[in-house]
Amino acid sequence: MELLSGADMIARFLQDEGIERIYGYPGGAALHIYDALFRQDKVKHILVRHEQAATHAADGYARASGKPGTVLVTSGPGATNAVTGIATAYMDSIPMVVLCGQVASHLIGEDAFQETDIVGVTRPIVKHSFAIKHPSEIPEVLKKAYYLAATGRPGPVVVDIPKDMTAPTERYEYVYPKKVKIRSYNPVTRGHSGQIKKAVDMMLKARRPVFYTGGGIVTSGASENLTALVKRLGFPITTTLMGIGSYPQTDAQSLGWLGMHGSYESNMAMHHADLIVAIGARFDDRVTNNTSKFCPTAKIVHVDIDPSSISKTVRADVPIVGPADSVINEMISLLQGREMANAEALPEWWTTIDGWRAEREGKLYEASQPGERLKPQEVIEAVYHITRGEAFVTTDVGQHQMFAAQYYKFDKPNRWITSGGLGTMGFGFPAAMGIKQNFPDDVVVCFTGEGSFQMMMQELSTCKQFGTGVKIINLNNGTLGMVRQWQDLNYKSRHAHSYVESLPDFQKLIEAYGFTALKVEHHDELDAALERTFADNDELVFLDIDVDPREHVYPMQVPLGAMRDMLLSKTERT
Amino acid sequence: MRHIISILLENEPGALSRVVGLFSQRNFNIETLNVAPTEDPSLSRLTVTTEGDDRVIEQITKHLNKLIDVVKLVDLTEGNHIERELMLVKVKALGASRDEVKRTVDIFRAQIVDVTPSVYTVQITGDAGKLDAFVQAMAPIGILEVARTGVSGISRGDKILSL
Ligand SMILES: Cc1ncc(C[n+]2csc(CCOP(=O)(O)OP(=O)(O)O)c2C)c(N)n1
Ligand SMILES: [Mg+2]
Repeated sequence: MELLSGADMIARFLQDEGIERIYGYPGGAALHIYDALFRQDKVKHILVRHEQAATHAADGYARASGKPGTVLVTSGPGATNAVTGIATAYMDSIPMVVLCGQVASHLIGEDAFQETDIVGVTRPIVKHSFAIKHPSEIPEVLKKAYYLAATGRPGPVVVDIPKDMTAPTERYEYVYPKKVKIRSYNPVTRGHSGQIKKAVDMMLKARRPVFYTGGGIVTSGASENLTALVKRLGFPITTTLMGIGSYPQTDAQSLGWLGMHGSYESNMAMHHADLIVAIGARFDDRVTNNTSKFCPTAKIVHVDIDPSSISKTVRADVPIVGPADSVINEMISLLQGREMANAEALPEWWTTIDGWRAEREGKLYEASQPGERLKPQEVIEAVYHITRGEAFVTTDVGQHQMFAAQYYKFDKPNRWITSGGLGTMGFGFPAAMGIKQNFPDDVVVCFTGEGSFQMMMQELSTCKQFGTGVKIINLNNGTLGMVRQWQDLNYKSRHAHSYVESLPDFQKLIEAYGFTALKVEHHDELDAALERTFADNDELVFLDIDVDPREHVYPMQVPLGAMRDMLLSKTERT
Repeated sequence: MRHIISILLENEPGALSRVVGLFSQRNFNIETLNVAPTEDPSLSRLTVTTEGDDRVIEQITKHLNKLIDVVKLVDLTEGNHIERELMLVKVKALGASRDEVKRTVDIFRAQIVDVTPSVYTVQITGDAGKLDAFVQAMAPIGILEVARTGVSGISRGDKILSL
């Protein structure tokens, strides 16, 4: 029998759980835990420069690896600084465990120094939360936290740990709980066979089918199964922003992604479809546009692990509650030996779709000429080529994010890392940092904007401490571009506070941290700068590129319209 | 339509606030709320009445079920059920109206449980409609204070909500 203090139990549990790296920032209420971490060397602690960055870094790691990220912060301001990152993870169903120090039990409720009711503050943005009531329950509560974070529909779990629970003087028996059971929590392990059969019959009878898949495919590791199913049927597939990479985008059956800034052919195909097979997607308002005009001729099959996602905004004709991979597997086996009822319909559907593709081909944006300012789109394309489409790509939020989604093509899941649900500016750089520290041999690129980067740029210091070689591509348009685009379109170009005045000299700023920064002002300088940026995979390089601030992101769905109602450029609309 | 949803909830600190928080967070409405421990000390039973069309009620029950602290729930209005609420009312009881209060209390099969020279305290149980009717009948005489428990309910017959 082993007796450990609460703090040592936490350190030991993290080791036993196989957690290699955690992200955090110390403070009074967490100091016993920090001391326990100091006295061991299996779990690495990455000291960030702001707790929000700790959550984004752990989140980036979780998205890239499929495993839960871990965060450790102190009470009060430490915990409240983590809130934006917890909300970001919650909205995108990312597994994460956040350990928060808390004032000692006897002080709770007394407005003690650095006391915040963090369980209360985070209640609407967590999958679940725990408050430790006795040190002896620490191993089991932590096990439950990881179990809840990673299973079913994943999400962040907060564990509040009053300081006296970790006191070095009190020791209790420690046993690593290999398994836990929560009587009220039993995530489904397979879908309803009758419903799956019904869905398969509908697929075989469809004339204009479309697969519409989301982040659920990525989180549940169902990409391979999905690819097999889509190949087997020969249907077109579009993904959500979060689902990018869940099916190889360079494959001919991929229509790209859909929704507000999705591809023309995706939105057209959805609008005209007679069957939509949605898997691990949630009919978000950035996808559906006006739900009353959504896909008027389509029947809807909706597969999701979370029953509350089904028929939330758009009614499903065939709801299937279950994990994507097992449901898809079952679909594949039910398809064996069966054929499409209307063999001629699918080729006709593809002819229509290819027509839509051809309409927009070569018209997506106007490339810059030698000597001119670059277009953000062509920068993304150039980065795509030089990294051969194999990098982990994180983004911040804004026009650059949408351009990155449109022009970097992903053939694998877990490589496209973006804050889709919450749209958190400041996410990209710390997320890239978290990924690079865990996947040092891979190339990690962060596409950012001069607005977003300034929200989390203090992490340059963390990268310096840990030698983290991320590549930061700053698409510098000197403006909060996405805000400006909306102001151009909806407010007669009254640019209220969307202009970022007094930008720093990014080159000097980066150099102050001892890193290399390059400036690109014109078309002609790009190739050499990219060569230099990607020359050494271990080196952090910041590439500050002046891009054309007049550029808008298109297509853009017309507000309150149907899927097919889109602006296609400043002068064209559907 | 009005629905009565009964929930078995882990008897944990904070569990109730998750349920209540869910309603405000998702813009669902709570008309009444009633909660107390059950015969199993690890469980509380919570009953909410809420208003909404089928789509809203489906979302409410799905989201409630998603809460880790919710062990089980039933929408009692889906089947035959018994609904009860208890109300304590203080009414003015002066002069001629003293008798009238007494008569009305008898008609409603309520009970007078406390008396002063000017006030009767009445206890009445029944479904929410009966309690409303009593309040209406008493209003002209003069209601001084009302305390209602909120609806509690249970299904009829052999159907059981338990672990
Ligand atoms: C934390 C936060 N605050 C505000 C917003 C609203 N917002 C969305 S995009 C955007 C502009 C982003 O500017 P920049 O990072 O320069 O990217 P650009 O659009 O210019 O590419 C803003 C302010 C947000 N998404 N997140
Ligand atoms: Mg910008």
